[in-house]
Amino acid sequence: MAKVPVQFTLNGSEKAEFIDSGTTLLHALRDKIGDTSPKGGCHQGTCGACSVIIDGELRLSCLTLAETCNGAAISTTSGLSEGGVLHPLQRAFLDTFATQCGFCTPGMIMAAKMLLDHTPNPSRDEVVEALSGNICRCTGYEPIIQAVLTAARSNSQNAA
Amino acid sequence: MALALQTFATVKDANTALKSQGSRYLGGGTLVVRAANEGDVSVSSLVRSTDPALSSIAVTDGKVRIGASVTMAAIARHPDLSSLARAARAVGGPAVRNMATVGGNLFAPAPYGDFAVALLALDATVSTDDGEAPIETFLTGRDSNRAIVTTVGFVLPPQGDFRFLKVSRVKPKGVSVLSIAAVLELAGDGTVSAARIALGCMADRPTRARAAEKALIGRRLTKDGIAPALAAAGEGTSPITDPIASAWYRAEVLPVHLGRLLLT
Ligand SMILES: Cc1cc2nc3c(=O)[nH]c(=O)nc-3n(C[C@H](O)[C@H](O)[C@H](O)COP(=O)(O)OP(=O)(O)OC[C@H]3O[C@@H](n4cnc5c(N)ncnc54)[C@H](O)[C@@H]3O)c2cc1C
Ligand code: FES
Ligand code: FES
Repeated sequence: MAKVPVQFTLNGSEKAEFIDSGTTLLHALRDKIGDTSPKGGCHQGTCGACSVIIDGELRLSCLTLAETCNGAAISTTSGLSEGGVLHPLQRAFLDTFATQCGFCTPGMIMAAKMLLDHTPNPSRDEVVEALSGNICRCTGYEPIIQAVLTAARSNSQNAA
Repeated sequence: MALALQTFATVKDANTALKSQGSRYLGGGTLVVRAANEGDVSVSSLVRSTDPALSSIAVTDGKVRIGASVTMAAIARHPDLSSLARAARAVGGPAVRNMATVGGNLFAPAPYGDFAVALLALDATVSTDDGEAPIETFLTGRDSNRAIVTTVGFVLPPQGDFRFLKVSRVKPKGVSVLSIAAVLELAGDGTVSAARIALGCMADRPTRARAAEKALIGRRLTKDGIAPALAAAGEGTSPITDPIASAWYRAEVLPVHLGRLLLT
């Protein structure tokens, strides 16, 4: 089958690839472009480990065809740190022990980032709702919720 | 096996491409790409249309027209559709809602199709390039439908007349045990003058609870007033059995939840 071109920005830098038609964005990111931060947990939309931000919206890269992202701006967890300094969410996940095996972490962080971008001081319920599409089999969720609340607090302190 | 995706600017061209064997329309892809990932080989090519009309929401004089590609998230945040936000938010988690379309929800087999349950209670009209059909007719024939759904239209009920409830075991997000939507009109004396009640998971697709609707007419929304409707709620239903609940369980709890919805 003829390859099709796809072109988008990933964490601010231009990417262009030839892929098989019907390739999922998850597959294109991990196996073509080499950004392995989104994880393939289920390929069914249920675990959220593959969550990425496409044009400002949280989406599941396992159910998104790469071709539909032509011209889009895509963000993944690998683009969050700046100059070796971790993003406040990454810092908070480490500090509150919100990551164990780490498989769910990139998806959790993208879902949490989406929340904090729109709701800088979320309630606990808002955090739970924002993470409701993401499964973690290790932490029992409580440290993750605390990490997001901690990151929100440290953001607002920095802004003050 | 890889899928091939074909993208068309117009619905007309996409409809033509859909005529070929093994092709399926791609909405948000939450069901169809999922099926392909799972190894469903009945789908070999996907077709989509980027026609902007498919992504628009128009509300004029209480009449609503929603394009088939509009997502649950877009409905949930639309200022004129706040009464439906609850039903749109009932679908999946945040990422699923950013992808799941209205068009796709009309085809989603139980336990999915929560928004279609709302549309059935709203007595919506479903449009394709071939014309319009009442949603009930559309849902009955959906397995043999080949035409792209372009829009759904309905009259927005007055604030408070539309009620929606989804019962799930996992909070805040979880697959339906059942969902219920109702549009109730009350006469000046507080009795029910018109009722449409739609049920999800009480068959393989959303269905109307006609016997319960009939039993509500002329009654008050009190515990005693709704008793005949609750007794009739299960008439004509054949609930699904899945890992969430058995048909028996769904039938048992339907009157309980319908009662809660009617008394709120
Ligand atoms: C993790 C997860 C959780 C979910 N939770 C829920 C839930 O709580 N409630 C719920 O209702 N659903 C749920 N779903 C199912 C699904 O996301 C929704 O039903 C959604 O609305 C389907 O829309 P879609 O655009 O993604 O459909 P697609 O996967 O794109 O399409 C589904 C089917 O409809 C056909 N189709 C789509 N659009 C059109 C059109 N315009 N014209 C003709 N045919 C069309 C497709 O060809 C395909 O056969 C869930 C799915 C996942 C993965
Ligand atoms: S891999 Fe995409 S949701 Fe699990
Ligand atoms: S840390 Fe292991 S799945 Fe969440």
